[in-house]
Amino acid sequence: MKLYCLSGHPTLPCNVLKFKSTTIMLDCGLDTTSVLNFLPLPLVHSPRLSKLPGWVSKDGTVNLEKELKECAGRVFVDSQPEFCLPERELLDLSTVDVILISNYHCMMALPYITERTGFTGTVYATEPTLQIGRLLMEELVNFMERVPKAQSATCWKNKEIQRMLPGPLKDAVEVWTWKRSYSMQEVNSALSKVQLVGYSQKVELFGAVQVSPLSSGYSLGSSNWIIQSHHEKVSYVSGSSLLTTHPQPMDQSSLKNSDVLILTGLTQMPTANPDGMLGEFCSNLAMTIRAGGNVLVPCYSSGVIYDLLECLYQFIDSANLGTTPFYFISPVANSSLEFSQIFAEWLCHNKQSKVYLPEPPFPHAELIQTNKLKHYPSIHGDFSTDFRQPCVVFTGHPSLRFGDVVHFMELWGKSGLNTIIFTEPDFSYLDALAPYQPLAMKCVYCPIDTRLNFHQVSKLLKEVQPLHVVCPEQYTQPPLTQSHRSDLMLELQPPPMPYRRCSVLNLPFRRRYERVYILPELANSLVPSEIKPGISLATVSAVLHSKDNKHTLQSVPKPPPVAPSKKRKRVIEEPPVVLAPKPLLSGAVPLDAFLSTLQKHGITEVKVEETADGHILHLQAEDTLIQLEEDGTHIVCDNNEPLRTTLRDLVLRFLQKL
Amino acid sequence: MPEIKVTPLGAGQDVGRSCILVSIGGKNIMLDCGMHMGYNDDRRFPDFSYITQNGRLTEFLDCVIISHFHLDHCGALPFMSEMVGYDGPIYMTHPTKAICPILLEDFRKITVDKKGETNFFTSQMIKDCMKKVVPLNLHQTVQVDDELEIKAYYAGHVLGAAMVHIKVGSESVVYTGDYNMTPDRHLGAAWIDKCRPDILISESTYATTIRDSKRCRERDFLKKVHESIERGGKVLIPVFALGRAQELCILLETFWERMNLKAPIYFSTGLTEKANHYYKLFITWTNQKIRKTFVQRNMFEFKHIKPFDRSYADNPGPMVVFATPGMLHAGQSLQIFKKWAGNEKNMVIMPGYCVQGTIGHKILNGQRKLEMEGRATLDVKLQVEYMSFSAHADAKGIMQLIRMAEPRNMLLVHGEGAKMVFLKGKIEQEFSIDCYMPANGETATVTTNPSVPVDISLNLLKREMALGGPLPDPKKPRTMHGTLIMKENSLKLVSSEQALKELGLNEHQLRFTCRVQLQDPHSDTDTLHRVYTHLKSVLKGYTIQHLPDGTVMVESIVIKVSSSAEDPNTKVLLLSGVIRTRTWGVFFQPC
Repeated sequence: MKLYCLSGHPTLPCNVLKFKSTTIMLDCGLDTTSVLNFLPLPLVHSPRLSKLPGWVSKDGTVNLEKELKECAGRVFVDSQPEFCLPERELLDLSTVDVILISNYHCMMALPYITERTGFTGTVYATEPTLQIGRLLMEELVNFMERVPKAQSATCWKNKEIQRMLPGPLKDAVEVWTWKRSYSMQEVNSALSKVQLVGYSQKVELFGAVQVSPLSSGYSLGSSNWIIQSHHEKVSYVSGSSLLTTHPQPMDQSSLKNSDVLILTGLTQMPTANPDGMLGEFCSNLAMTIRAGGNVLVPCYSSGVIYDLLECLYQFIDSANLGTTPFYFISPVANSSLEFSQIFAEWLCHNKQSKVYLPEPPFPHAELIQTNKLKHYPSIHGDFSTDFRQPCVVFTGHPSLRFGDVVHFMELWGKSGLNTIIFTEPDFSYLDALAPYQPLAMKCVYCPIDTRLNFHQVSKLLKEVQPLHVVCPEQYTQPPLTQSHRSDLMLELQPPPMPYRRCSVLNLPFRRRYERVYILPELANSLVPSEIKPGISLATVSAVLHSKDNKHTLQSVPKPPPVAPSKKRKRVIEEPPVVLAPKPLLSGAVPLDAFLSTLQKHGITEVKVEETADGHILHLQAEDTLIQLEEDGTHIVCDNNEPLRTTLRDLVLRFLQKL
Repeated sequence: MPEIKVTPLGAGQDVGRSCILVSIGGKNIMLDCGMHMGYNDDRRFPDFSYITQNGRLTEFLDCVIISHFHLDHCGALPFMSEMVGYDGPIYMTHPTKAICPILLEDFRKITVDKKGETNFFTSQMIKDCMKKVVPLNLHQTVQVDDELEIKAYYAGHVLGAAMVHIKVGSESVVYTGDYNMTPDRHLGAAWIDKCRPDILISESTYATTIRDSKRCRERDFLKKVHESIERGGKVLIPVFALGRAQELCILLETFWERMNLKAPIYFSTGLTEKANHYYKLFITWTNQKIRKTFVQRNMFEFKHIKPFDRSYADNPGPMVVFATPGMLHAGQSLQIFKKWAGNEKNMVIMPGYCVQGTIGHKILNGQRKLEMEGRATLDVKLQVEYMSFSAHADAKGIMQLIRMAEPRNMLLVHGEGAKMVFLKGKIEQEFSIDCYMPANGETATVTTNPSVPVDISLNLLKREMALGGPLPDPKKPRTMHGTLIMKENSLKLVSSEQALKELGLNEHQLRFTCRVQLQDPHSDTDTLHRVYTHLKSVLKGYTIQHLPDGTVMVESIVIKVSSSAEDPNTKVLLLSGVIRTRTWGVFFQPC
């Protein structure tokens, strides 16, 4: 059993597990942090961005004015943003049989895998994961295609040139594998390969392996996966949460008794308490509005935004924000809000009981009904006529490199009255803001990451007790910036097996048993004998059938009777050759009992001689020696076949045959 | 031989009060717990005293599963759990869990408040009963206990209807509840995978019917409504608040829009708004088309359909009214029916099945004079139309499901006995499987023949598989030998050697030695060689080796030659070997 690690990003994993005869890809996360190296894509012409100076090396030898622009001391690529894909050279991805998706954030590279590698398998995901994943992909494609950029910068990727660039561009890795966004057609084709699954559904893969998603408590439809055969169990934990937010709580007990537990997607903000961050978010928002400023919240279109809206729903009136307009701008804003209301089965208990009333599970339905929250596909159209300030705007993309958020940065960045509040933990806020510097706008950083922290995960592991843990190497040491915090790493016994991009791990697995089914006819013919109290043995001679990785044992067919008619000569299928079973003997021959048995069979003249290991019996009339020992019987008998057979049978009476 | 027993307490050769007991692998399961619309006395509920005479059912049942929210499938649930007494788990899907208590409360109100019955379950009992409900998701494998697992499949029929697969070890049963094999305007078609259950328990409401295409029926329906409206008549459509009602509403709504009709459409019960809201929130349970477009246009927001007020019934002019309940046995639909029955311009369209004993059933059978309560009679002059819109599988659909699931036995419930006989014959003929149709209180017993799961040591398996070549060839079965170790509950199949090792036993060697004297003038080595060539020519099919250490091996028997001390021409052959099944006899003949 092997694990191929195709992504180095601990929360956007992509691993391939070879287990028995199957090749299973676990998630295919798309590392989007690469876009931070690019200039933002403005929706309307931005004089500021277009006037940025081009970059020329200090000695003037390298001139990349067209491709690279300088802003506030940093260099950005002026091109359509590109993403860092999972590794494609480590193994032939067309051999992947299935892809298991754990949540909608971890499937963003799916079209690259399914459409560009010759993949012919099936993708498994829950319904919310599929639907919301589709929305996020649609949004991404829309953001890119709305502002097409003719230029595609490639010169800077030249190794010689990249070496001379200032950081962080200089240190960017695998730049040649970076790719532009996929097309909507590829998204549709990729998602058509998804097969929907429900929590705890058991899916058989080729009869060899069974996979089953479990609720992971992180987002709508998010799951951990169990990959098991009858005797081996691998748990894949990715993006799990123990906090009570909107999704169904995490199923922990089903992870028990794993041979290997692959652990990814822990919190990226181990020191930030989500509840505290939520409080800070609300108070900063209220403060800015009261002072007459606007609030910009760069966010994904699904996920934490539901919790933010729910929090605001309770907060608005007490903070006197009843008249402040809240805008949610995204090409998929409406769909995301609508979809969130129809997944009752996937929600926490409280929200489920609301549906039984029947009421919408999320209060943002009421915010929309009372016109407090309005949603628009983009800043163009209706929004431009409805737009009132001061206001709160939720919009993407959280990297601040594309999407409607770019427009608001340009619009509000120059005023100190306005505030930008970062809630998504995926991007460093300083890097995100870099191409907008100098900024007058206030910045507040309240990253909300509900995924497991190190304290929670060690408690979880103590509970479920996997034999081995595999995790990204980042989790085996404290974060670089806080090297003294030994509590911010995994300390386990035995130590976890770390992986990084391009690692190939041999998982410590000894497969020893396999399931086989004995057909009723054969089962009835078996004769068990008790060897020790509570333990019985039966010898089995049977025909083994293996089909679709399932093994059955059948009785050995009796040889067919010789065809009575001579007229029709048909080739009769030869019955399987029954090799004589070699019975193994066990036990010892007790002397006295054996002697009396001999006597019964007319052998009376026996001279017994004691030896170191047992006895030698001299059958004087027959001139035969029998040597009885603990582990063996030796019969020396010349040319008397009937006697030999008798003796053999008598000895065998006292022994167990296997 | 293990057996599976199925006993219907209700719905055995009958429609109504579905309640089927299944015993499988030592587990007892109750499938559905419904009431009978045709009775107002004790026969309204299943006879739970069949299970036990004295009191509570908890220790006799491992779980109760409710297939969908229709009262003939869940109407007796609070009675069973709170009045007879059952505290174990009750499984149903989320939509069923949401809607079921509302219908139960409705049922209770009609029975207790309107008819004044006592000794009936209370609102509190409904609530307490619902607390015992565990929601089921589609395709989720729910482990009721260590051995019993259940899995729900989509059944169409009504919102949240499910079929259940019940499995204990390698034995299994599928119960369909009510299902529909053709998608309709708001729901999808039932689906199940090839799970090969030992018994498939199927409803058979339309056992003998093969219905024409849905489109024709819809066209017919619209035509009849339209004609009636045109001549100024009133159309009454008795429905249940949830289910068919939504389908027909979608149908009329789109027709009204297309034809630009002005006559009002009313929906009689306060439930409407609520009912439609359930459909909006459980949109994932509707058909693909509605699910795909719900963000742009939610099909359950009706423009033309307005809530009904009792006074509207006397308004002049045409109108269409959806009223509950669907079998005209009580409530608002019956009141409106009484009002409109006298006018031949009016029409009543029965869109679903009516249970015997209800007014719906009577008028469908052509009865024109009805005896009402209080000895009054009612002349029925209005047109009576029947349109089979109830979403049950027809004969074709039932056969289709059998093909999907490939059961080993079939069992019919929820249908009329005479029709079942016909379908039973057809199933036995077409699929060559046994088909049962027990009456209420009768037990059908099916013996199963499960294979025994055993853990085989991978070494042994691989050794055997290697003999068959790299790819298994179905024509060349491979024989294997091993030892089955039975210890507590575990069954392990290992090679004999490993079995000895695992049990801490030593192998006992049984060796034989014998001397054979023969006259041969050659040297020892030559004699050995001659023995070797001789044996080779005599013993075909045995492995015979001449080893360099001066021995000949026949299989595992060692032969050595030495000269007698007294006479060099007398050679002594020493044969020694461990026991094998083959007798040594063959071997000595030539000597």
